[in-house]
Amino acid sequence: MKWKRKDLLGLEELSAQEIEFILDTAESFKEVSLRPIKKVPALRGKTIVNLFFEPSTRTRTSFELAAKRLSADMVNISASTSSVVKGETLKDTAKNIEAMKVDVIIMRHSLPGAPYFLAKIIGPSLINAGDGAHEHPTQGLLDLFTMRENKGRIKGLKVVIIGDIAHSRVARSNIWGLLKLGAEVAVAGPATLIPPQIERMGVKVYYRVEEAVRKADVINVLRIQLERQKTGLFPSLREYRQIFGVNRERLKDARPDLLIMHPGPINRGVEIDPDVADGPHSVILDQVTNGLAVRMAVLYLLAGGKSEAID
Amino acid sequence: MSKVKEKAKIMQGKEIEKALSRLAHEILEKIPDVGRLAIIGIRNRGAYLAERIAEKIEEIARIKVPLGVIDITLYRDDLSAIGPQPVVRSTEIPFDITGKMIILVDDVLYTGRTVRAALDELTDFGRSGIIQLAVLVDRGHRELPIRADYVGKNIPTSQEEMVEVRLKEVDGREEVIVVSKGL
Repeated sequence: MKWKRKDLLGLEELSAQEIEFILDTAESFKEVSLRPIKKVPALRGKTIVNLFFEPSTRTRTSFELAAKRLSADMVNISASTSSVVKGETLKDTAKNIEAMKVDVIIMRHSLPGAPYFLAKIIGPSLINAGDGAHEHPTQGLLDLFTMRENKGRIKGLKVVIIGDIAHSRVARSNIWGLLKLGAEVAVAGPATLIPPQIERMGVKVYYRVEEAVRKADVINVLRIQLERQKTGLFPSLREYRQIFGVNRERLKDARPDLLIMHPGPINRGVEIDPDVADGPHSVILDQVTNGLAVRMAVLYLLAGGKSEAID
Repeated sequence: MSKVKEKAKIMQGKEIEKALSRLAHEILEKIPDVGRLAIIGIRNRGAYLAERIAEKIEEIARIKVPLGVIDITLYRDDLSAIGPQPVVRSTEIPFDITGKMIILVDDVLYTGRTVRAALDELTDFGRSGIIQLAVLVDRGHRELPIRADYVGKNIPTSQEEMVEVRLKEVDGREEVIVVSKGL
């Protein structure tokens, strides 16, 4: 197939075929990071901007390394040190960056939909690196990639997403991507952190972790966003851990080949115990390695070669 | 898509096999130090030809030759030109190329741009010894100062023609044909 999109905004709008095409392309890019010289000239002369209005280590570094391994030039802008603090609007900031002739803008913003708004009014490709609680497509893709790599398929896999579903963009991108590729998806966590009517997306809901993990092939444990505790959605971190924390005891009836994932950053001893996070079923660091390959693939597809194919 | 018309069949299965055997013999003649020999095929069809040449060398000289595959997509000089975006496949060179005598293998030598890209990519894998080029077909029209060291068959063509190599591993049959791009 041919890649035709200018932007990568979310997995909801992609077809199963497009998602698989990105995953296949990422497989080829994985090898580049194993070479003695970890660099290929594919995006030489292209300029890529990281525009982050929210904190990030993994995603920002991963995009930066991906761009550099493709020989693109990379500029980092974080909101706290930019003119945003002087009151510049998002549109003006983006238009100014566009005026410097960049090819790709990677943006993280706290407002859901912000990248969709920008993508329509600027020429460069836009990659959504997280918009509020809405989507985080490259995280969704790297999770799919890791599941497919370990299980050999996505279709028919039973995947449970555990934790704060309501505030999680990772959950949404996972759900869209997994459902499109034919997985069976469930969510589990305290009722206050599971959005009402989420069943309408096509997922099962569990309020007990033990029950949810029983037949699962994969569990994706989400970070409990500590800042949410103040809002009274759950009484205390200790109580959360006691009832919903993923630990050995809670996994004793799980399948022997269970795959354990976490998008990071981990609150050790809150949503997941250290011995589980570092245990033999965990692929948490593989997710990070795969994230780099997935982001190289996305950058290559958006910025490498115009695919205005002549039929 | 414009129509393509088959103009002539240049080689058939047997001739392809013969040409590859001859290439294997020539390589062994020119490279006395077979211990340092390594073969790297350029994706897609060059990879299969490389495999077959390595098998033949194994039969003749009774040595196992290190075999690799190179995908030059990320090193192309026309990546940002308008056209369908090429699919990236992986490069697999499972040995250290330092000091190796490398035979690059491709199906058709035309402008030389693919070979240029392959040489650039190989350089990023280390400092090899001699690098030589073996092709099944040389059809002329070079745009770079590149030539083949071993040629299965020279086929004079016009720029309006294309040479298609079909191999059983990819296409299910064995032939080399010249087609016209015709309008």
